[in-house]
Amino acid sequence: MDFQYLFELLCGGVVKGSIYALIALGYTMVYGIIQLINFAHGEIYMIGAFVAFIVAGVLTLTGYSGLGILPLAALIAVIYAAAYGYTLEKIAYRPLRNAPRLSPLISAIGASIFLMNYVQLVQTPDFLPFPELVPDFEFLGDLTQFMSSVDVVILAVTTVTMIALTVLIKYTRIGKAMRATQQDMVMARLVGVNVDRVISATFIIGSVLAAIGGVLIASRTGQINSAIGFMAGIKAFTAAVLGGIGNIPGAVLGGLVLGVAETFGAGYISSAYEDVFAFGLLVLILILRPAGLLGKAVKQKV
Amino acid sequence: MAASSTRGGKKLLEVSGLTMDFGGLRAVDNVGLDIHAGEIVALIGPNGAGKTTFFNCVTGIYTPTTGDVRIHTADGATRRINGMKPNRITGLGMARTFQNIRLFPAMTVLENVMIGRHCRTGTTILDAILGTSRSAREERESIDTSYQLLKKVGLADVADEYSRNLSYGAQRRLEIARALATEPFLLLLDEPAAGMNPQETHELDELITRIRDEENVAILLIEHDMKLVMNISDHICVMEYGKEIAQGTPKEIKENPKVIEAYLGEEAHA
Amino acid sequence: MSHLKRSLGIGLWFMFLTLPLMVVRVNTVSREVEWRWSNLVWVGICAFAIAWFWQFSIERRAAQRAKVAAEPHPEKDRPSLAQRLADDPVLSRRVLLAAALIALIFPWAVSTTQNFYHVNVMVSALIFVVLGLGLNITVGLAGLLDLGYIAFFAVGAYTYALLAKGFGLGFWMCLPLGGVMGMLFGVVLGFPILRLRGDYLAIVTLGFGSITKIVLENWDTVFGGAAGIAGIPRPDFFGLPLDGREKSIYTYYIVLALVAVTIFVTNRLKNSRVGRAWMALREDEIACVAMGVDMARTKLSAYALGAFWAGLAGVIFAAHNNFINPDSFTFMDSAMVLAMVVLGGMGSILGVIIASLALKLLPEYLRAFAEYRMLVFGAVMVLMMIFRPQGLINNMRRKYEYDTADVESNDGGK
Ligand SMILES: Nc1ncnc2c1ncn2[C@@H]1O[C@H](COP(=O)(O)OP(=O)(O)O)[C@@H](O)[C@H]1O
Ligand SMILES: [Mg+2]
Repeated sequence: MDFQYLFELLCGGVVKGSIYALIALGYTMVYGIIQLINFAHGEIYMIGAFVAFIVAGVLTLTGYSGLGILPLAALIAVIYAAAYGYTLEKIAYRPLRNAPRLSPLISAIGASIFLMNYVQLVQTPDFLPFPELVPDFEFLGDLTQFMSSVDVVILAVTTVTMIALTVLIKYTRIGKAMRATQQDMVMARLVGVNVDRVISATFIIGSVLAAIGGVLIASRTGQINSAIGFMAGIKAFTAAVLGGIGNIPGAVLGGLVLGVAETFGAGYISSAYEDVFAFGLLVLILILRPAGLLGKAVKQKV
Repeated sequence: MAASSTRGGKKLLEVSGLTMDFGGLRAVDNVGLDIHAGEIVALIGPNGAGKTTFFNCVTGIYTPTTGDVRIHTADGATRRINGMKPNRITGLGMARTFQNIRLFPAMTVLENVMIGRHCRTGTTILDAILGTSRSAREERESIDTSYQLLKKVGLADVADEYSRNLSYGAQRRLEIARALATEPFLLLLDEPAAGMNPQETHELDELITRIRDEENVAILLIEHDMKLVMNISDHICVMEYGKEIAQGTPKEIKENPKVIEAYLGEEAHA
Repeated sequence: MSHLKRSLGIGLWFMFLTLPLMVVRVNTVSREVEWRWSNLVWVGICAFAIAWFWQFSIERRAAQRAKVAAEPHPEKDRPSLAQRLADDPVLSRRVLLAAALIALIFPWAVSTTQNFYHVNVMVSALIFVVLGLGLNITVGLAGLLDLGYIAFFAVGAYTYALLAKGFGLGFWMCLPLGGVMGMLFGVVLGFPILRLRGDYLAIVTLGFGSITKIVLENWDTVFGGAAGIAGIPRPDFFGLPLDGREKSIYTYYIVLALVAVTIFVTNRLKNSRVGRAWMALREDEIACVAMGVDMARTKLSAYALGAFWAGLAGVIFAAHNNFINPDSFTFMDSAMVLAMVVLGGMGSILGVIIASLALKLLPEYLRAFAEYRMLVFGAVMVLMMIFRPQGLINNMRRKYEYDTADVESNDGGK
């Protein structure tokens, strides 16, 4: 057994998984509140990465340089992702709030296809090289054989983001309103929660997390295109289901498990089938334990 | 607790010690109930008492946590049906309606009833494609039976209408017709008069007794309308907080102090 | 007035939204930034106009809903044109006859021995009509959202390609085999997943679809990998030699016949015990099982039957194209077939046929449109769900004949 290789895979898996977790949070929060698989969530992530690419590109080509580019690009990406997420909900989902259950899902698939092709048409269908914005950290020393400095940034940012999210949901007014709406939308409305606002806020928060994930993963893989949202979206959804959809710690756990499982599958079995492992895991978990790792099975009221 | 009245007829359904938990909540707690041929039995109790959950356990929608549900079929056999799939239970001869109406909104009134014929017919995909004589015969039979049932509940003139276009009261009657189409020996009605006006309720009262007499089915119903319940039931079971608090004839129930306190008393206050 | 203000606001909002993506393009090779400000103006104008129209449509829809809610017992839904057509047996028979004649003459009328492009296009379109009608059984009738439908199409196509090239089996032998293989895959995959809730089912089928494509791409010893399989034989006509045009026309008639059979079968099933159970399951699962319908069996039959048709279509596709590779079986293709069903109207045979032809032929003949094809499909799916969930053509209501002998005495008539 080659422990060095194993540890390398584990680190890679955790880094990848923490990004899946970031995106999965958006799925899980939306699903928890309106029971919709927001199929277009992956596209929001892709748009986040694209906006960051454009901002960084404009800045570097007009002569700016330095450490400020990454935070600035990320900030604008986050703002735009939030705006797209908000608009998406308003147009594609809100009019279907009381429609038969498959209607919003079909609408979501349509929105996803639309956004993907929109970016492809107004930008390019080709892969674009994403600039290296993270400098090499001296202090990593020997650790670099397992983890690049980008990976360290990823882990740090995801950890901070998740702590912030926990605080937001636990202690703020909107967080409490979100939890109330998740428990019982009708009841929440009766006690004065503005449900429409809560849903909008959920989409905005989910989109912000997705954009952060988008910028981070683009920095890591070094390239983006208009189709990256599709696969990432499915993977993140898998992570959300794995952890128990609607369950926030579950999404994080699911993301990590998926990331590690996938990296190990690719590392020990075959990298060509990397995506098959994710899908296989999704199918298995849905068949064997649809409530997920941390979710509770609920019986539908009749 | 035992009913002092003598109850005639063959025993059809026998529920004993039925308990259903949802997580920490015990919605039904050790409830027993028998139903005999030709009876109309009412299950009453305040909202949240566990009546609908009792129905769901008996009809296979939920698998009870503990307890026994047994039926005695026409051929004299006894079967324990806990955990059986709902469609098999319906096939054995129990059919129900729902408190929150569950029709097939985009299908016509007649088609809704014809779904009830599904388990009494056997046309396969190949039969249907090839148009075999079996397919034609069963189709004819389904249409005729369903139409006769619609006549019985007074919906024949809207047979080709989409069921979503019916009034509330009509939808409830359609659910009854659909359940009857499965040829049950026991019909379970969950709040059939909810949302009906007094006139409709009165007609329902007659309809239920007529069904019992003409179709030869026993009836178990959940209902809040006390006038209707006292009028038509032979036997009443009262539930509160998941527990069975009394059973007996309407007269006994009316006089039972526990019931007056728990249930009728509540109405008197209101 | 408030409409104007809101539309203006929405116009500005969309100008903001599209600002980075539509205006700026960073060329990483030449290291230049391209600024396309004119796009922004167009976005502003279009968003303003659409917002205006949108608000109007939403309001009108709300008013309609309110009207329906106000009259709990409306006399009748207004019959659609297609409904009226179907209700008139003489007229509908004439229309059908005319359509059949046109379909039969079509390939000879539009082709010459040198140029039979239009016939080939029509064959491709009709293959998608079969796919649309097959998926219509699964999604439209039974309500099982299948996002990996194209995988069964691939199963049929590869079955023919492998059997014909590996074992020298003929087209007519392989046609039913392809269908059966599709169905077999449908049963094997469907069996464990069909008890899942609707939206989970959608995602799992999407997973299956993607796995199928990955396997086809990577298992190159059997499936030829990304390069695919070439030199697949055309359908044989009793061993007679056919020229290019005749081959295309022959294939055209084969797929036309398949379309006719599909219509016939779907129509028979729709108005049968099985079809009604599918629809009931789509409307309300719990009520359906409580009325004695076996959910697992009913769902599986709809899923497998849909897969059967995809398998058949796959065989013809492989035979018509001579060449297949995994790129013909992507998620976007599944989404396109789904768009056909959604656009046509779930469960509506005529609607799905029209939508399939439109979605396949428009991009072929309007090259300008082809580029925006998927963009339009996506938008169409969203807009249809919001404004016309029943599709272009309403699923027609079946009227049954029954003996009304003594109904008047019973409840006083209408
Ligand atoms: N599927 C379920 N999951 C959790 N709790 C349930 C479920 N169904 C019913 N309950 C609870 O069980 C109790 C009894 O409900 P129910 O049987 O509907 O009462 P009733 O029909 O007498 O009004 C209620 O407290 C209800 O909230
Ligand atoms: Mg109840």
